Amino acid sequence: MICTIFKREFLGYFRTPVAYVFLIVFLTASVGLAFFLGNFFKNNAATLESYFLFLPWLFLFFAPAAGMRLWAEEKRSGSIELLFTLPVTTTQAVLGKYLAAWAFLALAVVLSFPMALTVGYLGDPDWGGVLTGYVGAIFMAGAYLGICSLTSALTRNQVISFVISFVVCLVFVFLGWSVFNGALGAVLPVGAVDFVANCGFIPHFDPFMKGIIDPRDVIYFLSVAGITLFINVVVLER
Amino acid sequence: MIEVKGLVKNFGAKRAVDNISFSVRRGDILGFLGPNGAGKSTTMKMITGFITPTDGTAIVDGHDVRRDPVAVKRVIGYLPESAPAYGEMTVGEFLGFIAGVRGFRDAEARAEKVERAIRLTHLESVRHQTIETLSKGYRQRVGFAQALLHDPPALILDEPTDGLDPNQKNEVRALIKSMASEKAVILSTHILEEVEAICTRIIIVSQGKIVVDETPAEFRARQPGARLDEIFRSLTVGDMA
Repeated sequence: MICTIFKREFLGYFRTPVAYVFLIVFLTASVGLAFFLGNFFKNNAATLESYFLFLPWLFLFFAPAAGMRLWAEEKRSGSIELLFTLPVTTTQAVLGKYLAAWAFLALAVVLSFPMALTVGYLGDPDWGGVLTGYVGAIFMAGAYLGICSLTSALTRNQVISFVISFVVCLVFVFLGWSVFNGALGAVLPVGAVDFVANCGFIPHFDPFMKGIIDPRDVIYFLSVAGITLFINVVVLER
Repeated sequence: MIEVKGLVKNFGAKRAVDNISFSVRRGDILGFLGPNGAGKSTTMKMITGFITPTDGTAIVDGHDVRRDPVAVKRVIGYLPESAPAYGEMTVGEFLGFIAGVRGFRDAEARAEKVERAIRLTHLESVRHQTIETLSKGYRQRVGFAQALLHDPPALILDEPTDGLDPNQKNEVRALIKSMASEKAVILSTHILEEVEAICTRIIIVSQGKIVVDETPAEFRARQPGARLDEIFRSLTVGDMA
C-alpha cells in the first residue's frame, strides 16, 4: 500500500516539469555555492566539505519546495477525498508520500556525485568522509521533509505551506548556527547555549561532514521526522 | 448491505445531519435527494469513512465504518462529488494506481481490472490523455471507472450525472441499472426524472433529516397529477428559508 502511494508520488514529480527544474536549480545552486562561496579549489583539499557546508541553508528552500505539494495539493484539488476513501490508513498515506519526497530530495543530493568524482580525480579524498557526508545529508533531508509534510497538511495553499515550512526549518537551522549561538552566549550560560544548539540541525550534521556517524545524530534526525510525521497523521485524522 | 444507523454530524454549532437511518439491500438503487446543503454529501462522506460521524454509524457488508473504516472502504466504490482525480496522470496511469491501492498486486490482474473499467465507461479513446486535459464528461467517467474498478458490492455515487450531456446521462443511467442487480447503490442527484427512471427507492433529506423514504410510485401518488418538482418543493420548503 505504502509502496503504491510512494510510487505515484515519486513519479508525480517527473510528470510535470517540476522535477527537472528542481534538480537543475538545486544542482546549480549547491555546486555553485561550493565553488564560489566555499572556495572548493582554493582550499586545496580533497574533500567535499565545501559542498556539504551549504546544504543546511539550501534545504531551507529546496525541502519546502519538494514538500509543499504533498498534502496542500490533495486538499486543494479535492483528491484527498479520493485518497481517504481508498482502503489505506492515514499512516500509510503519510509515510508513502513522505518517503517519496525524501527519495526525491535524496536523489537531488546524490546527483552531485560528479563533484565526488572530481575530487577523486584531482586528489586522494577520504572516501569514508565523502560517504558519511552524503549519508548525513540524506538523514538531514528527512528531518526537513518531516516538517514540510506536516506544514503542508495544515493548509490547502502551497505558497502558505512553503512559507511556514521555510520559517520552521529556519528556526531549526538558527538554533544550531554558530553565529547565533555566539550571540546567545552573551546572554545565556554555556550549558543553556549548548542545549539550544543541540536542538538545531547543523551541530548534528557537522560530525557527518567530518566522517563520523554518531548514532545520536541519526536518532536526532529520525526523531524530528518521526515526531512531525506523527503530528501529521493526527492533523489529517482530526 | 448498507445499513445506516442514526448518523449525526455537527459542524460547530450547526447540525448538518440529524439522526439519519436507512438500509439498502443488494439490488436496490436508492435515490438520495434534497436541496443543496441538506446533508446528502455529508451523509455519503460518513458512510464512506471520509469524515467521522458525531454520532451513529454505518455498517457496510458487515463492517462497522467507525471500528474498521479500511474494511468498509474495501467493499465500497465511491464517486465523490465533482469526481476528483490526480490531474497530471493519464487515465491509464490513474486507474492503475487505484488498482494498486485496491490490492491488485500482480501486473496482470491490475491490467485486467483497468481494462474492464475502461471498457465499461468507454474511456478507450482517452486512456493515454492526462486527466486535466479531459472534458467534464470524461472526467466524470474516470471517476466512475475508479469507483467500479474492483467490482464493489456497494456503490456510492455523489451526483454521478452532474455535468454530463443528455446522451452521457442516459449512458450512465443504463450502466448503473445494468449493475444494480448484484449491488447496493446509493446515488444522490438533483434531477427528479433520473430518480424515476432508475431508482427503486427515494429518500429525501431536508435540513439534515429524512422527510421521505418510499418507492417512486408512492412518491408520485402523494399528489396525483402534480409534477415531481412540485412535490419535492412542498416537502423541502424548510430549506428555502
